[in-house]
Amino acid sequence: MKKDIILAGVGGQGILTIATIIGTAALSEGLFLKQAEVHGMSQRGGDVQSHMRISSNEIASDLIPEGKVDMIISVEPMESLRYVNMLNRKDGWLITSMNPFDNISDYPELEDILNDIWKLPHYVTIDANKVAKDKGSVKAANIVVLGAASPYLNINYELLENAIKKVFKNKGEDIINLNLLALKAGRDYAEKHT
Amino acid sequence: MQDLLLLGDEAIAQGAIDAGISGVYAYPGTPSTEITEYIQASKEAEDRGIKSMWSANEKTAMETAIGMSYAGKKSLVCMKHVGLNVAADAFVNSAITGANGGLVVLSADDPSMHSSQNEQDSRFYGKFSMIPVMEPSNQQEAYDMTRYAFELSEKFEIPVLLRITTRLAHSRSGVKRVQPQEQNEMKLPSNLRQFVLLPSIARKQYNALLNKQQAMEEDGITSGFNKYIEGDNKSLGIVACGLAYNYLIENYKDGKLPYPVLKISQYPVPKTMLQKLYDEVEEILILEEGYPIIEELLRGYLNLGKKVSGRMDGTVPRAGELNPNIVAKAVGLEVLDGFEGSSNVKPRPPRLCDGCGHWDAFGALNEALKPYSGGRVLSDIGCYTLSALPPLQSINSCVDMGASITMAIGASEAGLIPAVAAIGDSTFTHSGITGLLDAVNRKANIVVLINDNSTTGMTGGQDSSALGKVEDICRGVGVEEDHIKLIKPLRRNFEENVEIISKELEYEGVSVVIARRECVQTLARRMKLKHANKSATTN
Repeated sequence: MKKDIILAGVGGQGILTIATIIGTAALSEGLFLKQAEVHGMSQRGGDVQSHMRISSNEIASDLIPEGKVDMIISVEPMESLRYVNMLNRKDGWLITSMNPFDNISDYPELEDILNDIWKLPHYVTIDANKVAKDKGSVKAANIVVLGAASPYLNINYELLENAIKKVFKNKGEDIINLNLLALKAGRDYAEKHT
Repeated sequence: MQDLLLLGDEAIAQGAIDAGISGVYAYPGTPSTEITEYIQASKEAEDRGIKSMWSANEKTAMETAIGMSYAGKKSLVCMKHVGLNVAADAFVNSAITGANGGLVVLSADDPSMHSSQNEQDSRFYGKFSMIPVMEPSNQQEAYDMTRYAFELSEKFEIPVLLRITTRLAHSRSGVKRVQPQEQNEMKLPSNLRQFVLLPSIARKQYNALLNKQQAMEEDGITSGFNKYIEGDNKSLGIVACGLAYNYLIENYKDGKLPYPVLKISQYPVPKTMLQKLYDEVEEILILEEGYPIIEELLRGYLNLGKKVSGRMDGTVPRAGELNPNIVAKAVGLEVLDGFEGSSNVKPRPPRLCDGCGHWDAFGALNEALKPYSGGRVLSDIGCYTLSALPPLQSINSCVDMGASITMAIGASEAGLIPAVAAIGDSTFTHSGITGLLDAVNRKANIVVLINDNSTTGMTGGQDSSALGKVEDICRGVGVEEDHIKLIKPLRRNFEENVEIISKELEYEGVSVVIARRECVQTLARRMKLKHANKSATTN
């Protein structure tokens, strides 16, 4: 088993939380893991990405080679497109929220962005903010996106749920339940719409 | 012991705790900050009484660590690569004094300049100072080599440089721990003049350092961190340093290479290992995450020997960090292409946070400078450096820590009047105070805007050495009381702030305007904590 994932978004949108949950689940399955994060300057409202590699064999490089990314998981539509040059042309998946984070003066039309995404062979686009809000809070939008990616992750769903319980342990039952619902809602959407 | 999931930085921190350090000394700097933060947050480190408070700058950190080494205990110093320039005087001379307690200096380089103003390679500093350098290729090695570096330091009675780069610093993976060691007891050097670098003593010490070189090189053969990996295809031999080794292995199924490979992770480079490779193969490719140091040495000035390729002949790009594809192309392997990039992706540069006081401080400064021609604001390193970008476009320089004040003095003496220096509170205590003293002594005609957000913001909100001291420091170095002005950078104070700055721009002499408002990030964190504590007590 091997999954090479790029997590994308804007500083503060919670991509590292997604990474921690996938990482916790992968470790509980006894997999190897490498995850390169971005810290420092670029966190201030700039684009951020993380290379996340999980595998049943030992992993050499912290960075994923170009053209070999199995999955882009993004919490922002324009940011998801930033890394398509890395995506495997044959069977790479792009999973992204459709909710723009518009903090620049030349942000493109959402329609143009989505049209570019919909040209790809494998994608899921989800209104993560709305789905998260329906489940209780827009703050869980990142977990909705993770849920939408979960059918393609090759990680036992129950392990992802357990990872959420572990990662949000200190935040209380309500937050755990919100995120479990968000994960499920994202997954249901992806299974219905692809 | 258990498997931990650690950043490269954290692996080094844990390695240092387990090596038995008694202190970590550092000034925050990406990508090195998390090492000290990990030790500060570690319960174990607290129980062991390990000192971990931030230092005012890298030089004070380095000197404090030398002091701990003098007294016989082990200490770690951490900084980003350009921080080593600040600490260089102490660092280079510490090779001459030698170490008593184990002394390890960690420098985190930033090739591709993700958060830095250059991509200098710290291995040069190691070579320059003639001390061993360790360059881990993964998180486990980061842990193991940190512990080994302390051993090496005490064995050779010399500081050891540990060099990492951004990718390893900020990438996490599983790390196996071993049984921690005890800390040293305090024990002064047997020769109480070892650290007295008077010329007559320094000459002896320097000779002692020279005499250790051979043994240091031999250690790089026996320690196991440098590896010679045999290969059947002798048309090419590859030298892969540190992280570059991973990118090489990544390109071969099961990590099996057809060519002989020399993996280098400990310097000085053992000549015999390099000689073996050179004799065995037709040509050599050198992969270094940083400057072409080994490449330049092996190629020689006139490049008369076997073909040596790498960064210098364009086989590998001259600038920037490596990645698996760059290395694949260098060894002649095919690489895959992804999809074509979309024209609908726009740059999203970092920017000041919404609600940050810097918006208001620089907004007022821009307004006050309107009557004058542009190009008058010499600035410094911190979040406020982002005010160079639109829409503010307030500042005209960012060179090194503290340069704003001294550059403003120079520019004003060249005739640029008024000249403004814009600096943060933490940068001010890092390296700005001496510049301000110069300004006072020279009666320079400058305005110093100290953007006091009461933290070291850019690196994530570490404690600032300046907290509660800025006015007193300014008074202490001799700035006149009437020209130390405090403003609160808020939108509603805009007009008042513009007026205060404008008046100081007209004053012929040194003025300091302190724009003080807490960083919105640290404020939010503080409030969250306060709220959590409050609900804990009310529940």
